[in-house]
Amino acid sequence: MMQSKRIAFWSVAPLVAFVLIGFLLQWMASQGIGFFDWWFFSEVAATGLLVGVRYSLVALGFVLIFKASGVFNFAQGSMVLFAALTFVGLLGFGVPIWLSFPITLVVMWLLAVVIERVVLRPLVNQEHIILFMATIGVFYLLEGGGQLMWGSQVQTLDIGLPHGRIQLFGGNIQLQEFEIVTAGIAGLLVAVLAVFFNKTRVGRALRAVADDHQAALSVGIPLKAIWVIVWTVAGVVALVAGITWGTDLGVQPTLSLVALKALPVLILGGFTSIPGAIIGGLIIGCGEQVGEVFFGSLVGGAIQDWFAYMLALVFLLFRPQGLFGERIIERV
Amino acid sequence: MDAATPAALSDATLPPARTFGPPLLSVDNISLSFGGVKALTNISFNILEHEIRAIIGPNGAGKTSMLNVINGFYHPQEGTITWQGKVRKQMRPHQAAVQGIARTFQNVALFKGMSTLDNIMTGRLLKMHNVRAPETGVFGLDHLLRYGSAALDFALQCLYWGPNLKEEIRQREFCEQIIDFLEIQTIRKTPVGKLPYGLQKRVELARALAMEPKLLLLDEPMAGMNVEEKEDMCRFILDVNDEFGTTIALIEHDMGVVMDISDRVVVLDYGRKLADGSPDEVRADQGVIDAYLGVAH
Amino acid sequence: MLYREAGQFKTSYAADQALFPIRQDLLGFGLFAAFALFVVPYIASEYFLNTILIFFLVLVVASIGLNLLTGFCGQLSLGSGGFMATGAFAAYKLTTAFPDMHIVVVFLLSGCITALVGVLFGIPSLRIKGFYLAVATLAAQFFLLWLFNKVPWFTNHSSSGTISAPPRGLWGDSLYITGPQASPETKYIFLVVFVGLLALLAKNLVRSRIGRSWMAIRDMDIAAQLIGIRPLVAKLSAFAVSSFFIGISGALWAFIYSGAVEALAFEITRSFQVLFMIILGGLGSLLGSFLGAAFIVVLPIVLNLVLTAIDSSIDVGTIKHFEFMIFGALIVFFLIVEPHGLARLWQIAKEKLRLWPFPY
Repeated sequence: MMQSKRIAFWSVAPLVAFVLIGFLLQWMASQGIGFFDWWFFSEVAATGLLVGVRYSLVALGFVLIFKASGVFNFAQGSMVLFAALTFVGLLGFGVPIWLSFPITLVVMWLLAVVIERVVLRPLVNQEHIILFMATIGVFYLLEGGGQLMWGSQVQTLDIGLPHGRIQLFGGNIQLQEFEIVTAGIAGLLVAVLAVFFNKTRVGRALRAVADDHQAALSVGIPLKAIWVIVWTVAGVVALVAGITWGTDLGVQPTLSLVALKALPVLILGGFTSIPGAIIGGLIIGCGEQVGEVFFGSLVGGAIQDWFAYMLALVFLLFRPQGLFGERIIERV
Repeated sequence: MDAATPAALSDATLPPARTFGPPLLSVDNISLSFGGVKALTNISFNILEHEIRAIIGPNGAGKTSMLNVINGFYHPQEGTITWQGKVRKQMRPHQAAVQGIARTFQNVALFKGMSTLDNIMTGRLLKMHNVRAPETGVFGLDHLLRYGSAALDFALQCLYWGPNLKEEIRQREFCEQIIDFLEIQTIRKTPVGKLPYGLQKRVELARALAMEPKLLLLDEPMAGMNVEEKEDMCRFILDVNDEFGTTIALIEHDMGVVMDISDRVVVLDYGRKLADGSPDEVRADQGVIDAYLGVAH
Repeated sequence: MLYREAGQFKTSYAADQALFPIRQDLLGFGLFAAFALFVVPYIASEYFLNTILIFFLVLVVASIGLNLLTGFCGQLSLGSGGFMATGAFAAYKLTTAFPDMHIVVVFLLSGCITALVGVLFGIPSLRIKGFYLAVATLAAQFFLLWLFNKVPWFTNHSSSGTISAPPRGLWGDSLYITGPQASPETKYIFLVVFVGLLALLAKNLVRSRIGRSWMAIRDMDIAAQLIGIRPLVAKLSAFAVSSFFIGISGALWAFIYSGAVEALAFEITRSFQVLFMIILGGLGSLLGSFLGAAFIVVLPIVLNLVLTAIDSSIDVGTIKHFEFMIFGALIVFFLIVEPHGLARLWQIAKEKLRLWPFPY
């Protein structure tokens, strides 16, 4: 299918599924299982979509690095935590927001440079699995390092994001202002990155590098500079994700595990696709919320720990390359 | 008798004419495409038992794709493959291996983490059994016996000493014969990743031979070799065909090799068949000369 | 001079394929085994036995298990913690439901149950590789842990969510290896023998047909298919055997090392710990599993000693963070410098030993 047709299809199909699930839940409620109300269902789903946008953002960080260097950056999660910790730490020292933000950005850039020089460059010709394991090492380094520098207590993050609720449809659907605003920020960033990647010259260079390192080198694309750019962008993404999740949950070590949730998003959307990360994030976010609220209560709760992963697993059985990923044809 | 009269040469002193069996493999009207790209269009030819068949053509002609189809890697959109007289259903590569088709690759496909001996022993996998399930012909019972014997086989492997070790030694002896045949004794225990390219190709051939194949597909076995190595490889290929009667199909670019050792030749170009016949016939074919051979040097 | 193989000719294939073809290796191993079995229980302190040696032996089993799957068969798994939990809870349910079943049988059966679970979660591996498979195993990890946490049947409806090992002996009412009557010496000797046998099992599998088919799949699964190896059988058997080992490790953890355990002990950090063991020790090497496990056990203790020596008021959390950083740095270091881990370094040392005391 052509790319745009595919995007259209996978935007509509979940809506259909959503309605079908609604009917299923309605039937279950009529049999005495659980509670169902269309407004409530829509509210939960809408909240899920908003959360999903934030998942998409983290997933995008993975996709960018994977597209540009073929490295699956397991450390993305700890980058989120590290960025959030640095930001909160600076705020704690009394540095105003408009200064903390760029300082943290610089820190993330420095981190990108260090990672590229110390970890990526020596491992340039190794198989992907080795690079992946190296990023697990980086994950641990950042986990330990971040907490050593800034402490590991839960810290509240308040940069003035709204905390009220807004009412839609005459009070039938209540949504958190916070969710809407953060979804907006995330969505904006996703759109910017998508445009950057597809329309600008640097974006084209990134795509070239993702396709073939050697070929990119031979046309004069500076590989190392590209990698620094990509990891810095991923760092920016991590910072925004860190701020949004951090305000929601507080800045604490479990933040890196939240970022791990982006992995099922990638499975669904394909590791190399930006629209895939977006739509995958929305599906996962919505599915998780609906699952937790309507099914989770039936089995003791807390199923959001594994629901996203199981969903991804089922997907893997039927469509291993994800919704938008490229089917790998192995040439013999 | 005069020493130099031609009458002194009788039929008895000439080497026997090569005899071939019935067609081992025949492909009929095979067409293969990847998306919009047509790799093969309406290819038909056969390979007789015990013959050495060469498949030649310029790069991109579809030769490797043809081998991949025979192997079961690619499934053609049209056409049939007949193996030993029976039309073959779409199959996976390991089923082709069970049927008796072995293959070497253009880019050496050895198991880099293992030694030469281990690579060849891995080739013996299909022939190694600790326990053989008897065939009773009764449907359900056969399945049960197969699973039971697989479980017993596994248990014996866990134990290692006993029947499993005997089987390992027996297979090792067979592999050593191949090692002697291909003269690679000194590199038995070397990890194959450390071997030079020419020796890697020989090890790959050894591994293919370990499967005791009926049909051996060789994809550019002489690529990247110097004259001496090529002569060695030619000798090995001829010996394999001679001693074991293995049917061989090879893709090769070196015209000298092709003309010298093959019995019949198929010429492909842009996915179509240009010519099919003995080396001399093919060499004289105008279409082939225009597309591929060029002016004789 | 000591480590020369010259003069040791093998006259049969069986001798060539023996476990220790070099005489010095056989001797060395024999001495080491005798020392471990007969000398150590008498000279080691209870603390050393309990905290270090028993812990090490329990982890070795998990390390071997994961190495079989990831190092020998090339299937990356991040679900080891979940499978250890499966083994622990399976053993618990078995022994509480059948108190007369011999404890070793319980361990082996819990391994088999984990093998079945492993096969179930291994089925996706047939269509996906690499990172995708890692994510699938993460699904196993999170789901299994949630299951053991939330479903009270697994803990026999205990309110605390922990399972404690009932006292079981090797021979009726004596030779206790679980419960309060078990002495560290008994536990240690039992583990040395049991783990030794398990390691032998792993070694046998690795050098048999099945091990070769795993390695073929790891190195180039397309070529492996051409030889007649069915990827389905090879990958699932790797998952099964690997989970068998990892499950037994979990059961040993719960019953012998820790006595009482909750699902939390097997969360994702445990999976990473096992993965680190095989990366540092050496992927695709059984010796590496041992070395990696030893390293992972000893390093935090050494780190603790060093850091408290420098600053005696340092708190536990900070030590933990240093530990994380050092592990992360070590992983990156080893992957860059010696991707084949400590086992390769050991091999290099042996090769140098062949020439010693001459330089070349």
